[in-house]
Amino acid sequence: MTLLLASFAPPYWLSTLIKVLVVSAVVPTTALILGMVFLFKIMSWMQSRLGPQEAGPRGTLQLLADGVKFLQKEDIAPNGADRWVFKVAPLVVLMSTLLLYVALPASMHLVVANLDVGVFFVLAISSLSVIGVLMAGWASASKYSLMGALRAAGQLIAYELPMVLAVIGVVIQAGTMSLNGIVLAQNNGAIFGWGGIGFPYILTQFLGFFIFIAAVQAELTQPPFDMPVAESEIVSGYQVEYTGFRFLIFFLAEFATAFAFAAIAAVMFLGGWAVPWLPTSSDWYYVLGPIVLFAKVMIVAFIIFWVRFTYPRFREDQLQSLAWKVLIPLALVNIVVTAVLKVVL
Amino acid sequence: MTAVSDPQSVAALAAEAVDNRVNLDFETEGMTLNMGPQHPATHGTLRIIARLDGEQVISAEPMCGYMHRGYEKLTEVRTYPQINALINRIDWLGSFANEVPFILAAEKLMGVEAPPRAQWIRTILFEMSRIANISLFLGDFGLQLGGMTAGFYAFRDREWVLNQIESATGGRFHPNFDRIGGLKDDLPKGWIESSHTAMDKLLAFCDELEDLLVGNEIFQARTRGIGVIPAEIALSYGLSGANLRASGVDWDLRRDNCPPGLVYDKADWKVWTHPDGDCFARTWVRLQETREAAKIVKQLLDTIPSGPVMAKVPRIIKVPEGEAYVATENPLGEMGYYVVSKGDLVPFRVKIRSASFNNISIVPWVARGAYVPDLISILGSLYFILGDIDR
Repeated sequence: MTLLLASFAPPYWLSTLIKVLVVSAVVPTTALILGMVFLFKIMSWMQSRLGPQEAGPRGTLQLLADGVKFLQKEDIAPNGADRWVFKVAPLVVLMSTLLLYVALPASMHLVVANLDVGVFFVLAISSLSVIGVLMAGWASASKYSLMGALRAAGQLIAYELPMVLAVIGVVIQAGTMSLNGIVLAQNNGAIFGWGGIGFPYILTQFLGFFIFIAAVQAELTQPPFDMPVAESEIVSGYQVEYTGFRFLIFFLAEFATAFAFAAIAAVMFLGGWAVPWLPTSSDWYYVLGPIVLFAKVMIVAFIIFWVRFTYPRFREDQLQSLAWKVLIPLALVNIVVTAVLKVVL
Repeated sequence: MTAVSDPQSVAALAAEAVDNRVNLDFETEGMTLNMGPQHPATHGTLRIIARLDGEQVISAEPMCGYMHRGYEKLTEVRTYPQINALINRIDWLGSFANEVPFILAAEKLMGVEAPPRAQWIRTILFEMSRIANISLFLGDFGLQLGGMTAGFYAFRDREWVLNQIESATGGRFHPNFDRIGGLKDDLPKGWIESSHTAMDKLLAFCDELEDLLVGNEIFQARTRGIGVIPAEIALSYGLSGANLRASGVDWDLRRDNCPPGLVYDKADWKVWTHPDGDCFARTWVRLQETREAAKIVKQLLDTIPSGPVMAKVPRIIKVPEGEAYVATENPLGEMGYYVVSKGDLVPFRVKIRSASFNNISIVPWVARGAYVPDLISILGSLYFILGDIDR
């Protein structure tokens, strides 16, 4: 089986087709899994209530039922809306999510595009979604939407810089911007000459990990940074006028992006698709890689969603001061220390 | 309007600038945001017309009356027992507390006094409805600030009190249990022990919520120093209840002007005040109040006297001619009924003084210069029930 996969070399058109199909199948699946496991089950467990029970075994198909319900709804655009922009906006958000998955390595070769600047690519692509959000907010012709979109744009400035700076520490330590290169560097590394568990960067870049997770929280517009979609203030912000499958696309994009960022965090800080005792050149990773990555993603996602379900919401200006006065200086200190140690050691 | 501090005088200047539709600094045009009548932060159908400059509120005006049900007029065509069922619906989270001042006013006019056991049970149920009301506030305020879990914990642990109220009165939300001259029934068997358990659970809930929400840094960043109401302003707007005590005014009708028929003097408890007057102070005072209420209930449960729960009253209640005003310290603040009787089966006129109506009247004063998220903090911490505003 593994040998078969390793020797599989299809022509260009077939490999492209497979890649397109895989990405378009994986994105909704991951969103469904995260939504099901965390939004429904873990959340209800944390809040000491039952959660969905009826649809499917122990309510596991509830999200599927909800998705079908959304598809049945009428596709409404408000009267004053800029119709074309209004209808395209969710697709722009989803596009940014789909492109994130292109660079994610599930093993050495199970990756859509093994980019040399994978880190750069994912960080650049992830901020594209705010264009869709701005389009949605402006085109909805609602004051709540507009405020939500402007909050999202303001938030982008606040979290994007700490996120990039947090990642730079990892890039310096690994000496490469390729996501696969970072995985290899972690798993073939050694802690003071002992290579038992490789060298996952969370051990040295824990500050970067913390800043990265905080910035991801803001990128995903989740509490404590969910000001752009704050229900109790601006009634879900830029999503307020969307119905049916366009709302579903926003939902899908949010959770698929959560999965993608958890995967990026797992790749950069937890050793990605590899396990310590199996050499990274092993063919077993064709099968094992996605499973290992998935397990690590669930751990990171648990942290992200744990925070989401626990904390109240910041105010927009408090996020700005947190980002500029705390996260960015910390990230800069992290870069300096990492760079000095890289040269010295 | 009195400008008491620099930010507030700046806000007053900004409010003047609204007339010219320009921002003082940037000469930008303002925006009118119509929050409600359907808006998650308004617990129903309160409408707030806010003039915004970006995210800053220049002026906010609450518009009430979307849920006006005409209770004061309805009371003129309902007999006294019927009114009792009606006024349960004013503050629907702590319904039993609505009945008590009205019944006390009617008793005052008739010259009837409930037997001691009835007075004890009345006070216990009064405090239980206070807990049922305020514990939901504590969770709901967290929900409005984005912390979902607190809301669910509040709903979970509020059940303990509701179960006790239900097993004693038969109604979870609208007991309709109080009668002129006493109570409808005696307590069921085993109720005192199960109430002790419920109160212990509630005290544990208060500790849990203090850990989860009130002690949280983000929660404090969102509430401390936000929506500050100085004591003299609070008094001049007629605030009452926890909103007033959070501004440092030590005033509680249970202690200071307790009407006969409630036995608060038989329990050892404390009125909490907070000097800050901000959103955090209001939350904190309510948290302490829930604890005190649980303590009052626990003490009174141990000292319930035996005896009948109903005094001798005629089967058909006719209240003699006269006027009476009785006010009690309800969960939301001072609630009073001014009953005018002409000696009929129905009152001639009833004026209902409910706390929330006065409490939200301060919104225009306190919201000026705040940000939109702060407006939510302010509205949430002032804590109103729509039924209590509109009646």
